[in-house]
Amino acid sequence: MLKLEGDIRIPSGCAIAAVMNRSAERFDGHTIIASIATMHKRSNGLGGGFAAYGIYPEYRDYYALHVFYDDDGARQMCERYLQHHFRIKDREPVPVRRTRKITDAPLIWRYFAVPREDRLYREQLGEEDFVARVMMTINSDLRGAFVASSGKDMAAFKGVGYPEDIGEFFRLEEYQAYLWTAHGRFPTNTPGWWGGAHPFTLLNWSVVHNGEISSYSTNRRYLEMYGYKISLQTDTEVIAYAFDFLMRQQGLSLEDTIDVIAAPFWSNLEQEKQAHLRRKYAGLLLNGPFSIIVATNNGLMAVNDRIKLRPLVAATRDEFLYVASEESAIRAVAPVLDRVWSPGGGEPIIGLLYNKKGLLEASPVGLQTDAQSA
Amino acid sequence: MTLSMLTPAFTVGRNEERCIRCGVCVNQCINEVHHLDEDGFMWVTDKNCVGCHRCAVLCPTQALAITEFPLAFRPNNYWSSASLREIYAQAETGGVLLTGMGNPRPYRSYFDHLLLNASQVTNPSIDPLREPMELTTYLGNQAAMLGEREKPLLKLEVPVMFSAMSYGAVSLNVQKSLARAAREMATFWNTGEGGLHSDLKEYADSTIVQVASGRFGVTPDYLNNAAAVEIKIGQGAKPGIGGHLPAEKVSADVAKTRMIPAWSDAISPAPHHDIYSIEDLAQLIETLKVATNYQKPVSVKVAAVHNISAIASGMVRAGADIVAIDGFRGATGAAPMRIRDNIGIPIEMAIAQVDQRLRDEGIRQSVSLVAAGGIRNSADVVKILALGADAVYIGTAALIALGCHLCQTCFTGRCNWGIATTDRQLSKRLNPEIGAIRAINLLKAWEHEIKEMMGGMGINAVDSLRGNRLMLKGIGLEQHELELLGVTAAGD
Amino acid sequence: MKVQNNSEYCLGCGLCQVYCAAAHDGYNGNVIKAFKKGTPQARAGLIKKNHESWINTCRHCQDAPCINACITGALQKDEKGTVFIDSQRCVGCFTCVMVCPFGHIQPSRDSSRAIKCDLCRGLSGTPACVAFCPNGALRLAEEVDRP
Repeated sequence: MLKLEGDIRIPSGCAIAAVMNRSAERFDGHTIIASIATMHKRSNGLGGGFAAYGIYPEYRDYYALHVFYDDDGARQMCERYLQHHFRIKDREPVPVRRTRKITDAPLIWRYFAVPREDRLYREQLGEEDFVARVMMTINSDLRGAFVASSGKDMAAFKGVGYPEDIGEFFRLEEYQAYLWTAHGRFPTNTPGWWGGAHPFTLLNWSVVHNGEISSYSTNRRYLEMYGYKISLQTDTEVIAYAFDFLMRQQGLSLEDTIDVIAAPFWSNLEQEKQAHLRRKYAGLLLNGPFSIIVATNNGLMAVNDRIKLRPLVAATRDEFLYVASEESAIRAVAPVLDRVWSPGGGEPIIGLLYNKKGLLEASPVGLQTDAQSA
Repeated sequence: MTLSMLTPAFTVGRNEERCIRCGVCVNQCINEVHHLDEDGFMWVTDKNCVGCHRCAVLCPTQALAITEFPLAFRPNNYWSSASLREIYAQAETGGVLLTGMGNPRPYRSYFDHLLLNASQVTNPSIDPLREPMELTTYLGNQAAMLGEREKPLLKLEVPVMFSAMSYGAVSLNVQKSLARAAREMATFWNTGEGGLHSDLKEYADSTIVQVASGRFGVTPDYLNNAAAVEIKIGQGAKPGIGGHLPAEKVSADVAKTRMIPAWSDAISPAPHHDIYSIEDLAQLIETLKVATNYQKPVSVKVAAVHNISAIASGMVRAGADIVAIDGFRGATGAAPMRIRDNIGIPIEMAIAQVDQRLRDEGIRQSVSLVAAGGIRNSADVVKILALGADAVYIGTAALIALGCHLCQTCFTGRCNWGIATTDRQLSKRLNPEIGAIRAINLLKAWEHEIKEMMGGMGINAVDSLRGNRLMLKGIGLEQHELELLGVTAAGD
Repeated sequence: MKVQNNSEYCLGCGLCQVYCAAAHDGYNGNVIKAFKKGTPQARAGLIKKNHESWINTCRHCQDAPCINACITGALQKDEKGTVFIDSQRCVGCFTCVMVCPFGHIQPSRDSSRAIKCDLCRGLSGTPACVAFCPNGALRLAEEVDRP
């Protein structure tokens, strides 16, 4: 029997794309679907997905939990578990469109919820740590349940199929978001599991990723030291946790974080601080080919591995920032652009909403330059 | 006692068609195996031969062949010929069997049951000839947060250091060779517990000085003429016992360096008599840090014994910046054979267990792990790094580079290669200029090979190899062994 | 140029003499042939005293007394400064043996001519003694001595 993602490690190639409006004006899912569909050949129908930010303004203060279930039994078990930890304001199945191209879909539910005060108190955890911990426990311990996303005012829509078909299945044209990311997957072998598709998320973080990091085991074992439960055996999961650890837990700025994951070579280090970062977080250097787009409610960051072993192109037009594996995917939705460029290895593209200072509000400042670079 | 039942271990064959009676074998063998008489006859005393190959290597006509002495005991799968010979020897002498170098017994080598990974299609391998490939390694406590002052660290440009080998156990020319090589290759050599000879002070920045139970040569000057200080609790070849440098090896120069009387036995006690427990170790570590003004990392070296994980954890909590673990293949100048051959555990298991334990306890960042004992080649280095070590110590491999032929008679002080001796005439046989070049060549060769293997994995910094157990697959191992090593089976 | 000796690393093994002998008298470096078929004779002398040893070889003096003393012009200096004997011209008078301040030049075994170090000029590459010294105790040095 073929093993599920998480039981074994499955390397995969991919296409990635993102579109954002920096004034936080929302637009529907047509654009991102058209963009990722241009790169159809970069995926093989075994995984596609989207992250959308700004889609649940009416539930802005609630964690939007999107959960996959193998069956109704799993749903009941998981809901009991959720109720134990959360006050759930609303719950419903995620609306989907029946299409011939998408088969074997799990049950997909969403919950708008906040942690129960008494549980927070008892666990002695901050709210975000608490939510992250509960979500990781569901994914690693509750059979048949998988949390696809758990952030506020955002969600991940993903599954087994080509990304454009997944978009159609999830009726993304009915959602309005100011930031969309997308992923088309080319896994080298997999029975196809909905949880294994991208984006991978944790709280508000979402990551779409193209590549196979050769440092996976080093990175994974590093994160495990800090309590992260790695359940999927995918590079993407590790990348998401790396960002969460460095920025949220260690309080690094985005620039410092990039100096860790795509560290400059020793011979190119300019500041003692970068050397310290490299030494201290040596286990989080992401080594091997990758291009990633990391998004939060405040904006996105896209970056390549330090020797640029994967394609990545960025472009701007007015308020819009586009990022994709191939320029064609940008030209398909925005033929006329102000600027198009291909960033070097380890050189981040940072796109923030105009009123935001960092991907995480709490991050140390030092990101003003980002506004110009994007 | 009149008749010795010990027959020779080796026999020296001489091809008379080639032998030119030049006498090189005669003048090179300190054990007086060869003799040229006044009539031009060559005589061989097989029983003196230790199998060091000095004569055969220097013979200008390759006239000499050294083989096992062809005297077969009746085949016996339980009582090997070695078992019998050891008993004959003890029946004659009534003594402990002494030996040198590392455990030679056919225990399983986990290095030989681990295979490395390489990239194919899904990610590109990296060509180290065309792309940067970083082996830069820092050793020490790296728990300091950004913005805090970092603890003192050792910087290595190749994650291979030379193991502790004291002046006295080895010749000064060995230390000179290794010190030069360490400086040239931006790594470190280790004094062992024999003090630091004044000729070697210029290598201070590449030197790790050792403080062991004998405290030989330990002064404030000694501690500060180094990049790091290492407390030696034990070594892989003889866990649980101390050291004994026989009086014959304690020359005037050795005595001066060790600060002991010449031609007297230099005895290192089995334990440090100020360390009877972990809290005592903490005090010595702190003392050494104070003595060096907190400018140098303090390493603690222990032999890999059964409960090594707990011991290592305790050492980290006691303040060790570097934990060096010496596996049961680790070598020595002299050890009782029964101890060398029966005590300790493999370094592969020890590193796998300690690395995981320190991670589980959340203290892995506070320490660097150095693996020692039986690292034979660059593939062993790559494998032990992938299991979780930060760097390795090599002793035996370094000595072999200098000419050692593993005859295992270091304890006699009559080393034909000028390595394990303090005899002035024998020591001359190792020219440190040549020795340094050979040691440098070895490290360079390994460096190239490590880079090639890393490049194949698609990794361009050693940071990403460290603890990367997915790059290892076990072959021919039982399930519980795989679990202990934290790897999966080839094909899995 | 001359062969310089570092007695700190001289083992006294004598390999320099073995290879020196084989390099001359037409043996072309073949040690076995030289010793089994011929009567090889080393140019360089190995001196051993009180556990110390060193090689006594030609200094290739700038103003060489042996050349000045040679009655037939057999002793010559080539363009590189190497002092050598043209054995065709040597008559075996051994004046050179007597005037050499270092006692390096010696009569051949059959006393027909004088022999000395010629830095293996007949062979290509480094002198045999330097090439085959197992411990790097010999090296080819640029400077020359004055007698």
